[in-house]
Amino acid sequence: MGAEVLIEIRQQRFDPWQELARYQNESGLLPGSYGACATFVGAMRDFNQGENVREMVLEHYAGMTEKLLIDHAEALALRHDLLELLILHRVGRILPNDSIVLVAAWSAHREAALDACRGMMEYLKSQATFWKKETLVDSADSVRQRWVDNVSG
Amino acid sequence: MVVTVRTFAGFREELGFDRKSIYLPKPITVEGVWELISESDLPVNLLCAVNKEYALLDKMVADGDEIAFFPPVNGG
Repeated sequence: MGAEVLIEIRQQRFDPWQELARYQNESGLLPGSYGACATFVGAMRDFNQGENVREMVLEHYAGMTEKLLIDHAEALALRHDLLELLILHRVGRILPNDSIVLVAAWSAHREAALDACRGMMEYLKSQATFWKKETLVDSADSVRQRWVDNVSG
Repeated sequence: MVVTVRTFAGFREELGFDRKSIYLPKPITVEGVWELISESDLPVNLLCAVNKEYALLDKMVADGDEIAFFPPVNGG
């Protein structure tokens, strides 16, 4: 039986723990069917590469992003024999402490869940069509913007 | 033939548009499309997609294609 995969790209803020609880309650996971749920939550820092960050705008290529994520999620689900895979990703204006991404993978055993979760995060970092533009503020309160290079992990 | 060009992030800012339809009198490559829309040399960090799939610069474009140019991605 194939895994259920849910991917959502959302403009609005979200609480990853509430989303996780809701998904688990509302999904078709049968009691006793899974032995592991691995999760990753990414949040926005107020610093990056030695500078203070006030806010960030996260844009994406609508249509391509979803296509890439669905294809990769289905491949991961098959490879790791997952039961469920949830991916929730923010776009738009993001403030420090906001959650940016939630990935959760359910499987019979921990290794599969952990590997799938990490695999999706690596893909989000390196392939999925998102871009981040930070607004920086220095000690003199002057403001400037920069696109974020994919170096900080 | 007519293709749609999309740009994202820093390239959108440099080129000054996010979507444009252009008429091509003869078949050309993705790199040829870049040369039509930009006066600058091919950026070393340029990535591209055709119809929402990653593509190489030497791919030939076809009528109705959507060609996107963007810098390295950074999600998560």
